[in-house]
Amino acid sequence: MPLIEFTDKGLYCPQGAFYVDPWRPVGSAVITHAHSDHARAGCSSYLCHRLTRPLLELRLGPLSYESIEWGQPVYRNGVRISLHPAGHIIGSSQVRVEFQGEVWVVSGDYKLENDGLSGSFEPVPCHSFITESTFGLPIYDWKPQSEIFASIRNWVSGNREEGKSSILIAYSLGKAQRLLSCLKEATDMIFVHGAIWNVHQALVRAGVRLPPVHWVTAETPKDILKGAVVIAPSGAEESPWIRRFSPYEVGVCSGWMQVRGNFRRRNVNAGFALSDHADWKGLLQAIGATGARKVFVTHGFQAALSRYLNEKGVESGEVKTEFGEDEDAGGSLPAEDAAKKEGGHG
Amino acid sequence: MGETLPGNGGLKQFASLVNLLGSSTGTNDKLEALQNYFAEASDADKVWVIALFSGRKPKRTVNSTQLQEWCRELTGYPKWLFEECYHTVGDLAETIALLLPEERTGDADIRRPGAGLSYYLEKLMDIGKEDEPGKKKFVLGCWNLMDREERLVFNKLITGGFRIGVSQKMMVNALAASVNLSPSVIAHRISGNWDPSSTSFDALLSEQSVEQDISRPYPFYLAYALESEPSALGRPEQWQAEWKWDGIRGQLVKRAGQLFVWSRGEELMTGKFPEYQELIPLLSDGVVLDGEIIGLQEGAEIKPLPFAALQTRIGRIKVTKKQLTEVPVAFIAYDLLESEGADCREQPLGQRREWLEKIVKEADNPILRLSPLIHFSEWEELRRSRELSRETGSEGIMLKKKNSPYQAGRRRGDWWKWKIDPLVIDAVMIYAQKGHGRRSNLYTDYTFAVRDGDRLVGFTKAYSGLTDKELAEVDAFVKRNAIEKFGPVRTVKPELVFEIAFEGIAASSRHKSGVALRFPRINRWRKDKKINEINTLEDLQRILREAARK
Repeated sequence: MPLIEFTDKGLYCPQGAFYVDPWRPVGSAVITHAHSDHARAGCSSYLCHRLTRPLLELRLGPLSYESIEWGQPVYRNGVRISLHPAGHIIGSSQVRVEFQGEVWVVSGDYKLENDGLSGSFEPVPCHSFITESTFGLPIYDWKPQSEIFASIRNWVSGNREEGKSSILIAYSLGKAQRLLSCLKEATDMIFVHGAIWNVHQALVRAGVRLPPVHWVTAETPKDILKGAVVIAPSGAEESPWIRRFSPYEVGVCSGWMQVRGNFRRRNVNAGFALSDHADWKGLLQAIGATGARKVFVTHGFQAALSRYLNEKGVESGEVKTEFGEDEDAGGSLPAEDAAKKEGGHG
Repeated sequence: MGETLPGNGGLKQFASLVNLLGSSTGTNDKLEALQNYFAEASDADKVWVIALFSGRKPKRTVNSTQLQEWCRELTGYPKWLFEECYHTVGDLAETIALLLPEERTGDADIRRPGAGLSYYLEKLMDIGKEDEPGKKKFVLGCWNLMDREERLVFNKLITGGFRIGVSQKMMVNALAASVNLSPSVIAHRISGNWDPSSTSFDALLSEQSVEQDISRPYPFYLAYALESEPSALGRPEQWQAEWKWDGIRGQLVKRAGQLFVWSRGEELMTGKFPEYQELIPLLSDGVVLDGEIIGLQEGAEIKPLPFAALQTRIGRIKVTKKQLTEVPVAFIAYDLLESEGADCREQPLGQRREWLEKIVKEADNPILRLSPLIHFSEWEELRRSRELSRETGSEGIMLKKKNSPYQAGRRRGDWWKWKIDPLVIDAVMIYAQKGHGRRSNLYTDYTFAVRDGDRLVGFTKAYSGLTDKELAEVDAFVKRNAIEKFGPVRTVKPELVFEIAFEGIAASSRHKSGVALRFPRINRWRKDKKINEINTLEDLQRILREAARK
């Protein structure tokens, strides 16, 4: 019996009787991170990282949570479970599962570059590694964060010279917080949409130190929004909410902006290929560092990555999951009204 | 380094222009980017930009297979992985630019700051004479010195085709602002047959260039579709109505004893329609006719052959005797742009029509027909005539204001096309393929089938017509229900039903279904219909029989 099975409810550990990131309601769930495709409501209990907990409480409401630190083991029926930094967003973790010397790691979503906020990805040696593959093609080759941040600031100052506001479209959990350290060097006042404000408050309450932001409400005087620097979730660029910043330019921060067709489809003014997922080289590097004998590839370009690994002599298989429906992974989705979906305030 | 490699100073300027045009959403931003470019770039580069953005592609000297192979050799990626990337990006030049290893910026000494767009284009033409290793050496040397942005435009120069959302009209307007000539004069001067490598910027825009080039056509005037009721156009007597023919829009240019045939894409097609040469003695010099190149059945009456018949002619390099007899081609003239060597586009349509009628009458040859006018005194009367469009072998009606000049490009106001409602059929999607450009990494190109007993028979491809939201929904369905994992085409569970609209239908031995559709597109997604409710092959054959009877 394998340590982790692939079931229609999610990745299941029969020995420990728990699921990792289940997509159907189950008893016991271990959660890698708080994005909605990995953390769903309806389970009896949730185990997650300390910083993931306030985010789950925000998004799923009061449920039965248990939170731990990275590297702090818990045991379920003899199965040792521990969490390790995945570098994807705040609190994001890989799940290491060990039983009788056999080690499996579920990556969740991850990136190798340290963004200064989400913790530094830790390579965890294991026998079997279950990896994501959101950007599992060699066309995805990220520039360093410092370089992308510089071009974002450049864009912001260009807009300011023309008397325009800069609206950055970013996922409200993860990318939005990551942008703060970039933008605080470009402006004294970072404005945010209500959906981002909510996440921000939850993190600050949990003790995460973040640069201050200003919530744009119906009461915010229009004159201070002239030439403003604003972070908003996807969909906001098509809602009437955005008109108050007029004149403005819109820039999307997403790994999908790497390909011009995706960028043009968004019909915005700028695209920054800033991703919270590993690029092709990152995936290969992470997989190699685990030393895993067997690699299971989930959500993304799993067929391509898996075939490539097999050709390179790493035994690999594809696994169908229901991950990858979140905004950054859903690059093929048009700008749907995520702002509304997330219950943003105005 | 013994050899001097091309520098990248100058291509950067063009790469930035392409980048700016690609990321501007508004017309004004694009116009400004072009104006700035025309103000700063060298004359030689400007000539090439005019050529490229007006669809004049340099001859390809490196083919896409070579580019792919060299890229794979540099990256070490297997062929299937390269192809997977290509299907996802939807653009070969961009795929290669993304895959090439990190730039190794060359030594500053070996850069040539003066080497700009024209340098690269001319160099690319030169290497046409070289063998494959010579070509490879040049291309790899260039890649090695370029960053990702420059590699993209360099590859685009090789593969041809800059689709960056700049219309010829916009380019002409930007040029007009920088050289102090009117847009219509510029549009005319840059049309026709000129070679960017041997034409200087001044010569291109000078008056002599027009006089020297006897083949030069005029920019076509194109109509928008009429979306309102025709009564909104005002009084019927101010308007001229003609049938909208389904052939190839063209110009016949007769000057200095020679006759040239131009298509709407400003492609010289003289050789494909040798029968028009018969008109040389019948037309005086200095005559330019605008009209429809079309296959016609024998007889005095205008009875068009299906467009598909004409298509077999265009596809061939040499037109065969058999084709000439099977698909006899005529020219239905509907406007006169030059008469007795003088540009008469500013004359009102009524006047031009009068002269045109005289010219066609005097030529008196069945190859040159006059586009018949549809007489009407009430809009309602014209609406009833429009119902007969399909029976006359036309796509609807063209409305032209009698006092209007002949304008350049697609414009609202004086010309309108009032097409008939398309034919429709309900079909199920059976294959999907990823799109290109804006549709990159999205399954947007579909093949549809109708029922034939228990079987499904594919009969057409169609891709436009869905909203972005619907496209995303279909894309998600394809990704969930696909059978193949690699390659461009996915076989999907036949479940999604769409209404397919089309303008015409013809018998075809090349298609399994036995029919070929004209302008098929998705009209709407029939979420209310199940696969057992779609149309049958018999339905298609019935439409074909009805079409043939006319």
